[in-house]
Amino acid sequence: MRPFVKTILSAAALGALTLGLGGCGEPAPQGRGIYLLMDTSGTYTQELQKAEKLINAILARLDPGDSFAVARIDTGSFSERDIVAKMTFDNRPSTANQQKRRFRETIGKFVREVKPAGYTDITGGVLQAVEYLNEKNPGVKTVLIFSDLKEDLKKGYVRDIPLQLEGFDVVALNVTKLMSDNVDPREYMTRLEDWQRRVEDGGGEWRVLNDFDRLDRILLAAR
Amino acid sequence: MPFSDGLSDLSNATLTWLVIIAGLSVVLYFARQPAHQAIMTFAHLLYRALRVAAAALMRGEEVLRQRNREVLLASGRDAAERMIEREFERIDGAVRRDLGTAPALHRKMNDTFTQIAEDYSQSADVPPSPPGWVEAVDAVARIPSNGDPVVTAILQGVHDTLIEERDKATTAYRDASRERHKRLQGIVPGLRSLMRLLGSLDKNIVNLTRRTEIIDRQIEEYEGILKQEDAAVRQLSSSSLIQFFVSAFVLAIAVGGAAINFHLIARPMSEMVGGNSLIGSVKTADVAALVIILVEISMGLFLMESLRITRLFPVIGALPDLMRQRMIWVTFGILFMLASVEAGLSYMREVLLQDELATTALLRGEAGAAFDNGFVWITTAAQMGMGFVLPFALVFVAIPLETFVQSLRTVLGILAMGLLRFSAAGLRVTAGAVRHGAMMIEAYDLLIFGPLWLDRQVRGHFGDRRRTDETQRIGAHRAEVPEPFRGEAPTIREMPS
Repeated sequence: MRPFVKTILSAAALGALTLGLGGCGEPAPQGRGIYLLMDTSGTYTQELQKAEKLINAILARLDPGDSFAVARIDTGSFSERDIVAKMTFDNRPSTANQQKRRFRETIGKFVREVKPAGYTDITGGVLQAVEYLNEKNPGVKTVLIFSDLKEDLKKGYVRDIPLQLEGFDVVALNVTKLMSDNVDPREYMTRLEDWQRRVEDGGGEWRVLNDFDRLDRILLAAR
Repeated sequence: MPFSDGLSDLSNATLTWLVIIAGLSVVLYFARQPAHQAIMTFAHLLYRALRVAAAALMRGEEVLRQRNREVLLASGRDAAERMIEREFERIDGAVRRDLGTAPALHRKMNDTFTQIAEDYSQSADVPPSPPGWVEAVDAVARIPSNGDPVVTAILQGVHDTLIEERDKATTAYRDASRERHKRLQGIVPGLRSLMRLLGSLDKNIVNLTRRTEIIDRQIEEYEGILKQEDAAVRQLSSSSLIQFFVSAFVLAIAVGGAAINFHLIARPMSEMVGGNSLIGSVKTADVAALVIILVEISMGLFLMESLRITRLFPVIGALPDLMRQRMIWVTFGILFMLASVEAGLSYMREVLLQDELATTALLRGEAGAAFDNGFVWITTAAQMGMGFVLPFALVFVAIPLETFVQSLRTVLGILAMGLLRFSAAGLRVTAGAVRHGAMMIEAYDLLIFGPLWLDRQVRGHFGDRRRTDETQRIGAHRAEVPEPFRGEAPTIREMPS
C-alpha cells in the first residue's frame, strides 16, 4: 500500500482510536537498538577493517531515534570503558547525520589505534550489551558479535552466568575458523552450538551470519 | 492396526449407515402423505411471504424513485435558477457596459452628423461673382481712343486693372476650391467614425440577442423542470451521471496532486516534529504533512465559498458582503502563508536529501561522490515552485468536490433503486419457483426413492395399472425425473392450497 494512502487510512483510524481511548496508556518502545561487540583479541584484530566497514554500513541504515553502540571484547568486557562509541541519534535527520559522521570518525580512530587484548571475554560483552540495551529500551534489540566466538577467560573471571536475552536478537558475524577448527571441525560446530544453546536458553534468538549482504535484510526487517 | 481389521471397521460403519438410511427412508415413505401436505402448506406460505416482500421492495423502490425524482428536480431547479441568474447578471453587465454609453454615443453621432452637414454645405461650389465696377470699367475701356495718347494711356491702365482683377478673382476661386476640397476630405474620417460607432452598436445588439437566446433556452429548461416533465428528469439524471464521473476523474487527479504535495513536505517535516516519533503506527511527520495539506484544502473550500463559486456551506454564502470579503482575504492570507511554508519545506527537503547522500557516501567510503552534481539547483527550484503552486491548485478541488457530492446523491439513489428492483425480481422468481412446492416434493421423494421403487414394482405386479397411469398423468411436470426415482404421483391437485 502506498505511504500516502496508508497515512490517510491510518490517520483516520488513529483519529477514531484517539477518540475511543482518549490517548491513554504508555507509548510502546520505538526505534532500534544495536550493540556491536568487536573481538580485539590476538590475530582477530586483523579482521577489524571489515568490522569498520560493517559499522559504517549499519550507520547508513540507522534512522533518527535509533541507538547504536560499539564495544570491544577484551580481557574483561563487562565494563562501560570497553564501549568505544555509543549514540542515540537525534530525532532531527540533519543532526542524526552529523552524529553518524562523528561516530564514524571515532570508530576509524579506534581501529587504527587498537592493541590486541590478551584474553577474550565474550560473555562479559554480551552482559554489558544486555544492560545497555535494556536501559535504552528500544523497540528492537539486536546484539551483533563480531568474533570467532572462542572465549578465553583470564583466571578468576566468573562468566558461567545464565544470560537474560528475552526479546533480543543475537547475531554472530564473521565467525572465522581457527587453525584447530581446521584440524577438528567439531570444535567449530561445538562452539557455535554452545553459543546457540546459551542464547536460546536465555530466551533470545540466535543467528550466524558470515555473508554481510544478508545483514541489510536483518536490519531492514528489524524496522 | 492390521489392514483387514481396518477394512472390517469401515465395512461395519458403512453397513450401520446403510441400515440407518434405509430405516429413515421407510419412515419417510410412510410419512409421505402428511409430509407432502406440510411441504405444500409451507411452500404456499413461503410463496405469499416472498410475494409480500417483493411488493414491499417495489413500494420502497417507488418511494425512492419519487424521492430521487424530487431531489433531482430540486437540484436541477436550483442549478437552472443559478444559471439564469448568472446569465441575467451577465446581460446586466453587458447592458450597463454597452448600452450605458448610448446617450454619449448618440451625442457623438449627432455631433458627427452636424459636422458632416456643415462641411457638406460649405463644400458647395459657388463661383465668385465679378466685382460690380467691372462692367463700368469695361464700358469705359470700349470708348475709342482716336489716337489720343492720354485716352490710350487711360485705357491701357483700365486694361491692366482688369487683368489684375481677373488674376485676383482666379486666385480667390482657387483658394475657395481648395478650402472646399479640404472640407470634403474632413467628412471622410467623420463617416468612418460613424461607421465604427454603428458597427460597435450592431455588435452589442447581436451580443445581447445571443444572450437572450441562451436565456430563452434556459428558461425553457427551467419551465420543463417546474412542470416536472419526464424529459427534464431524464436529462437531469443523465447530466448528473456525467457530472459524477467527470468530477470523480478530476478528484482522482487532485488526489494525485495532494500525494505529490505530501511527499514534498513529509520528509522535511521530520526536522520539525522529529523523525522517529509515532502517533499510533504512523510517523508524526507524515501526520503533520497530511494535516497541512488538509488545512490547505479546507482553506481552499472556504475561499471558494466566500467567492460564491461553490455552495457547500450556505452559512458562508449568507454572510454580509463585508464579512465575506474579509473572509476571502483571511483565507487567501492563510493559503499564501502555507504555500510559502511548503516552498520552504521543499527547499529543506532537498538540503536534507543532499546531506543524507553525502553522509551515506562518506560512510561507504565514496566521499565527494554526492557533490559532483551541478544541476541540483534546478530540482530544488522545481520543488520549491511545486511546493508553492500546489496549495493554490488544490483550492480548485472545491469545484469538482461540490459537483461530486451533489451528483453522488443521485448516483446512490439510482444504485439503491436498481438494487431494490433486482432484489424484488429475485424474490418474485423465487416465489414462482416455490409456489407449488414441486421442487421440495421432488427432493423429498428423492430421499425415499428405494421404498417408492419397491411400491411401484408391487403395484405393477398386482396389476394396478390404472392407478399408476393416473399418477404419471398428474405428475407430468416431473417428467425429467429418472424413471427409477419416480414414485407415486404427488397429489398436488388433491391437496388443499
